[in-house]
Amino acid sequence: MMLSGWGRHPALDCRLERLRRWEDLPGLLHRGTTLIARGNGRAYGDAALNPNLTLSTLAMNRMRAFDAGTGLLDCEAGVLLADILETFAPRGWFPPVVPGTQLVTVGGMIAADVHGKNHHAEGTFGAHVESLTLAGADGAMRTCSRAENADLFRATLGGMGLTGLILSARFRLRPIETAFLMAETLAARNLDEAMALFEASRDWPFSVAWIDCLARGAGLGRSLLTRGAFMDAGALPPSLASSPLVPASRGKLRVPFDAPSALPNRVSIGFFNELYYRRGRRRVRTGARPVHFDRFFFPLDRIEAWNRLYGRRGFVQYQCVLPKGKSAAGVAALLECAAASGQGSFLAVLKLFGSAGDGLMSFPMEGYTLALDFPVRHGTAALLDGLDEITHRHGGRVYLAKDAHCAPERVREGYPRLGAFEAVRAEAAGGRPRFVSELSRRLAL
Amino acid sequence: MNDRPRTALVIGATSDIGRAIAHALAEDGCALQLAARDAARLERETRDLRVRTAAAVTAHPCDVLDEDCGVSLLDTLDPLPDVAVCVVGLLGNQAESQRDGAAAERVMRTNYVGPALLMGALAERFERRGSGVLVGVSSVAGERGRATNYVYGSAKAGFTAFLSGLRGRLAASGVHVVTIKPGFVRTRMTDGMNLPAQLTATPEEVAAAVLTAIHRRRDIVYIRRVWRPIMLLIRAVPERVLKRMKL
Repeated sequence: MMLSGWGRHPALDCRLERLRRWEDLPGLLHRGTTLIARGNGRAYGDAALNPNLTLSTLAMNRMRAFDAGTGLLDCEAGVLLADILETFAPRGWFPPVVPGTQLVTVGGMIAADVHGKNHHAEGTFGAHVESLTLAGADGAMRTCSRAENADLFRATLGGMGLTGLILSARFRLRPIETAFLMAETLAARNLDEAMALFEASRDWPFSVAWIDCLARGAGLGRSLLTRGAFMDAGALPPSLASSPLVPASRGKLRVPFDAPSALPNRVSIGFFNELYYRRGRRRVRTGARPVHFDRFFFPLDRIEAWNRLYGRRGFVQYQCVLPKGKSAAGVAALLECAAASGQGSFLAVLKLFGSAGDGLMSFPMEGYTLALDFPVRHGTAALLDGLDEITHRHGGRVYLAKDAHCAPERVREGYPRLGAFEAVRAEAAGGRPRFVSELSRRLAL
Repeated sequence: MNDRPRTALVIGATSDIGRAIAHALAEDGCALQLAARDAARLERETRDLRVRTAAAVTAHPCDVLDEDCGVSLLDTLDPLPDVAVCVVGLLGNQAESQRDGAAAERVMRTNYVGPALLMGALAERFERRGSGVLVGVSSVAGERGRATNYVYGSAKAGFTAFLSGLRGRLAASGVHVVTIKPGFVRTRMTDGMNLPAQLTATPEEVAAAVLTAIHRRRDIVYIRRVWRPIMLLIRAVPERVLKRMKL
C-alpha cells in the first residue's frame, strides 16, 4: 500500500504488516528481506518506510510494570505517549521529556531520540531511558543500557530503527502536582532579542519560540517566546484548585480533506503569521497565566490530520541545529533564505538546545534549532539545497526524523559519530544490515 | 449500595474485543478475572491492566476446548463474578473447514460447544446465587447460513440459540443473559480484510455496548444500528433466492 510519513512526502508502495505478538517476529525475520519498524507514522519524511516490509508496532502496546515509588515505567514500544499521559497524568506523573505531539510511540521517541521544550535542562528523551530491549536480525532479544550492551544502546538512541526492533523500554516518570503550567509569552522584535530572551530563560524548565519566517530586514527573526513551569498545587487559582490534575477537555477539530495545494501561499502565510504575531502580542500583555499541559505542549494535536493543510502533495519540514557560536549568523542566513524564497511556513519554531547527549546519532547539540515547514512544489528541492548549504557552512546538521531530502555527504559531515554508529550497526547485523529504511537507503547508511 | 457489578470475568481476554471489554469494565470499577488459553499472553494482558487501571486483576488460564474447562475454571474463581463475558471465537477458513473435518470441528467447538458449556456451568452457579449477568459475544453470522461462511455461522447460530434459551430459563431467577451480535470489527480476526467503514466497529465500540447492555439489562445488542435492518433483510430473503446469491 502507499505509505508516507507525516509530511506525506515521499509516498512509497510498501508492504505494511502489523506485528501482533512478539512470538511472530522470528518468522518475519526468517523471510530474509530487509525491514523497518514503524510506530505511529509521525516521522515527517522517509524514516519509517521500507517497500519490502514496514512493520507496524502499534499493536505491541502493553504496559508491563509501574513502580509508584520511583515512577519507573516499563512498557512495550508501541505504547503511545498519549496513552501514558492519559494513564499517569491524572495520578500525578509526567514523562521527563515530551515532543510537540503526543501521538508518537515510545519506540519512535527512542529511535528519533526526541527532544522537547526542556532540552536545555533535561536533554533528550533517550537521556531518561534506563534500558531497552532490542530484537536483532537473528531474532535474539538483547537488553541494552548504559551498563549492558552500552554501544548498542547508544547507537539505538536516535538510531532511526536501524540497529534493530525496539521491543520495550524502561524510563522514569516525574511527579507533578498539577496538570497546569505557569506560562508567559514574551515578544522579541528581532533575532538578537529572541536569543537574548532564550539566554534569560535558562532557569525556566520549558521554553520555545514561534518565529515569523516572513519578516525581513530590521524585523528578521521577530518572534514570540513562550516559557513555562509546572505549577505546584498551592499556586493554582481557586477556579482550578478543586481538580489540579484534571485531564484536558479537548474540543477536537479535524481537517476533513486535502487543502488545495495553492492554499499555502505568500499571502495566506503572511496573513497567518501577522495574525499569529498580533495575537501573541496580546498574550504578552496578559502576563503569566496557567495553561493546561495539553495546550502548552501539544497545540497541534487538537487539529486532527493537520498535515492535510499543505495539500495532496504534502510538505517537508526542515529542522536543523547550529552550534551556538555560529547560531546568530546561521539562523539569520536560514531565515533570509526562506523569506527570499517566499515559501515561508505557517509555523516556524526556534529553540535553544543544551549540550548533546550520549546517542551516537542524536540530533540535538548545544546551539539553536530552527524548524520550518514548506509545501512540496516546484522549487522546494532547490530551497532545501540552499538551506542545507547554510546549515553545513555553519557546522550544523539536520534532524533525520524530519528529513526527506538531505544529501548523504551532508549527513556524514553533520554527524561526527556516524562512523562509530555504523561500526556498531554492522557488528549487530553480523553482515549486511537487515533493518533498513528508505531514509537509510537514501543516505547510504 | 448500588447494583453495579463488582467483579467481572472475561473469557477470551487476550482477544482484541476481550481486551477492550476488560478495560471498559475496569474503568467502570470492576475487579477483573481474566481467562484465556495462552498463559503467557494472558499474563501480558493482566500486567497491562494492572498498570493502566486501578482494578484488581487475576489471571485464569483455561482452554474452552478442554472438556473440564468449565469446572476447573469455576473452581479458581473467588469470588464468583457478578458478570461473565464470553468473547471466545474462531473465524477459521470456510474452504479449509469444507475440506477438513477436524478444522470444521475446531471452529464449531470454539464458537459453540466450548462457550455454551462454559456459560451453562456459570449459569448454574449464578442461578443458585440468584443474581448475575451473562454476556455472550455471538455474531450476525449466526442469523443465516451463508454459502461463504456457514461453518462459523452455524456454530454462532447454535450459540445464539443457546443464549436465547438460557435467557428464557433464567428470566425469573434474577440472572440476566445478554447476546451481543457484532458485525465486522477491526481486530486480529479481520486483519488484512477490506471491510466497509460504515459497517465496521472498533473493539472499543463493542466494549461500550457491552457495558451499556449490562447496566440496562439489554437482551440482544447489535453493535452498529445499521446491522439490525441489514440482518432483518438477510433473514427475510427466501431460501430459494438466497441459494443463488453468493452471499
